[in-house]
Amino acid sequence: MPNEIAFILIAVFTVACAVAAMTRRQLVHCALFAAAAFAGLAALYLQLDAEFVGFAQLMVYVGAIAILIVFTVLLTRGDEVRSNRSQSSPSWLAGVAVAVLVLAGIALPILLSPALWHAAPVATGAPVKRIGEELMNRYVLPLEMVGVLLTGALLGAVVIAMREEPAVKPPSRSLVPARAESEEVVNLR
Amino acid sequence: MSTPLAHYLILSAVLFSIGFAGAVARRSAILMLIGIELMLNAANLNFIAFWRFGPHPEALGGVMFVLFSIAIAAAEAAVGLALVISIYRQRETAQVDGMDTLKN
Amino acid sequence: MKGLDQIFISTQHALAGLAPAPLQPLVSMVLIIACLMSVFGACFALTTILERKTLGRMQNRFGPNRVGPFGLLQPMADGIKMIIKEDIVPFSADHALHFLAPLVLTVPIWLAFSVLPFGRNMTAVELDAGILFFFAIGSASELAVFMAGWSSQNKYSLVGAMRAVAQMISYEVPLVLSSVPVLMAAGSLSLSDIVQAQSGCALGWLPHWNVFTPWGLAGFALFLIAAAAESNRCPFDLPEGESELIAGYLTEYSGFKYALFFLGEYLGLFAVTGLAVTLFLGGWQAPAAWLEWVPSWGWFAVKFSAIIFLAIWIRATLPRLRMDQLLNFAWKFLVPLALINLLVAVAWLKTGTWRFPAAAEVRWLLGASVLAIAYVCLGRHWNGPAPRPRQYSYAE
Repeated sequence: MPNEIAFILIAVFTVACAVAAMTRRQLVHCALFAAAAFAGLAALYLQLDAEFVGFAQLMVYVGAIAILIVFTVLLTRGDEVRSNRSQSSPSWLAGVAVAVLVLAGIALPILLSPALWHAAPVATGAPVKRIGEELMNRYVLPLEMVGVLLTGALLGAVVIAMREEPAVKPPSRSLVPARAESEEVVNLR
Repeated sequence: MSTPLAHYLILSAVLFSIGFAGAVARRSAILMLIGIELMLNAANLNFIAFWRFGPHPEALGGVMFVLFSIAIAAAEAAVGLALVISIYRQRETAQVDGMDTLKN
Repeated sequence: MKGLDQIFISTQHALAGLAPAPLQPLVSMVLIIACLMSVFGACFALTTILERKTLGRMQNRFGPNRVGPFGLLQPMADGIKMIIKEDIVPFSADHALHFLAPLVLTVPIWLAFSVLPFGRNMTAVELDAGILFFFAIGSASELAVFMAGWSSQNKYSLVGAMRAVAQMISYEVPLVLSSVPVLMAAGSLSLSDIVQAQSGCALGWLPHWNVFTPWGLAGFALFLIAAAAESNRCPFDLPEGESELIAGYLTEYSGFKYALFFLGEYLGLFAVTGLAVTLFLGGWQAPAAWLEWVPSWGWFAVKFSAIIFLAIWIRATLPRLRMDQLLNFAWKFLVPLALINLLVAVAWLKTGTWRFPAAAEVRWLLGASVLAIAYVCLGRHWNGPAPRPRQYSYAE
């Protein structure tokens, strides 16, 4: 029973934060509600006995991606509320209708299949030692590839977001010899 | 009584559709990215729920997939947001309907 | 002296035994929370006054000495002042975020105390991935700094908040990287296991604490530097520097909320200090077998106070770093050094089976020399020569 209550509370919190994240006018509020939704999801992972994934979700999503989104909002001046234009695209109703259809399409088979309504089996847990062993034995190739991917993403993000330097430097500066400068200084005295 | 698998799956479906609605219905590029992240998170929740309730939980299949999915989502968010910043510098707007110069 | 060592645990069991059986875990948890909050609250009060007096003495003046004997009641005066101050919120501020920011800062840091082992069997929550929980919670409190700065609708607050967040996320990388060799040596992410792995003495007198290995010493230094930057301590306190940005992201906060921010900063310092003691200084273990009569939480307190004194000493001594110097330091010096530290730790662990007569000294020399060369190269060699002595030109 406490398990059920905890699940309902966390689920309501997560869904409320997700809805708020998608509907608020101020972009910073949206980003912070999204961070709260990610934290709610981390709580759900912890409830499902996946400790490592829950803490990794907190560290990566709340601690890094949410901050990244917030920085982007600030750098693109999204905090100015535009009162004359609507924040939603003109076909927003069609988008929401398609989303409801998707929800119905996914939820209907879930509601109709009886095998999914049983109680949980006994938890075996995911000890960190086992995760480490799996990463090094069976999943070593994806691990290395994700490493390369993350390095590429890091370098790519830095290169894309870098400010461009002026390509041509004025050539006169390098042609003035140092001697002439010191002569000028002596003349001024 | 602990929560059955179907509750987690329905929650994941609801989160997915909220993310989808947000990504489609809002103009700002950043909000589309937040919607995409919500969709990825909903899928991750699905994986963990099936790992927990399914056979062979000691094979850690779901957990591994979600770990890699979190890493890849982080990489994609970084590159996507860098693109948004770069486009903002060119066009002074972060709304997607200002980025349609290839149209017509 | 097992009784004194386990006095907290036995008190907890005795008090929890008074409650009816189904409520016992809850009562036990409430007791632990109450004990942690009172001990670290008292520690916070004591640290504020001791810091001001130590800073004063190091600057050749007395610290506060009016309020009680030797000024020891100063924290009470400060507390009363903070509570009775008027709570000013700017008119155009975002009221909900402005209110929530101190809470979002303080709550994760209280949570971080729950995985630290304060003594034998004295961890509040035994987690399999304890250290990952600690770092995740630390990174969750960075959003609070941003919330504080943005909700004040003040340019200086926003700039201070951006600087603080940039600093905190930059220094998270060396913080985590410098603790990875410890995890490798202990073979586990659980903090109790890490403390257990540092038990015993090598060579008869040198404890197996991680700080007595070359990678442990370098890792300890890196960890302390990164921890000082994470909690916005001098010399990394540009985000809240009083001469730069008024009070940075804390500008628009007054009264109790300011006290909560202050509390959050000091608690953050205590949490990372506790983690440093656990990872590098052997946690609650005594240095030698004949000193075991001091209880384990006593040793933890001694080591903890030593590192807090070190932090205060550094604050009194070093000038503040500029923002670009801060970020260059993190990315171009600390991160490569942390990676090289990792390599040295791997070499140390792989050569652990050497058995010839001077094996320990040879391993120590190898590790220390690699780290010294890396330090010199990264520090001076690739960052340009030392600045020339100044040439003064006087008016004629």
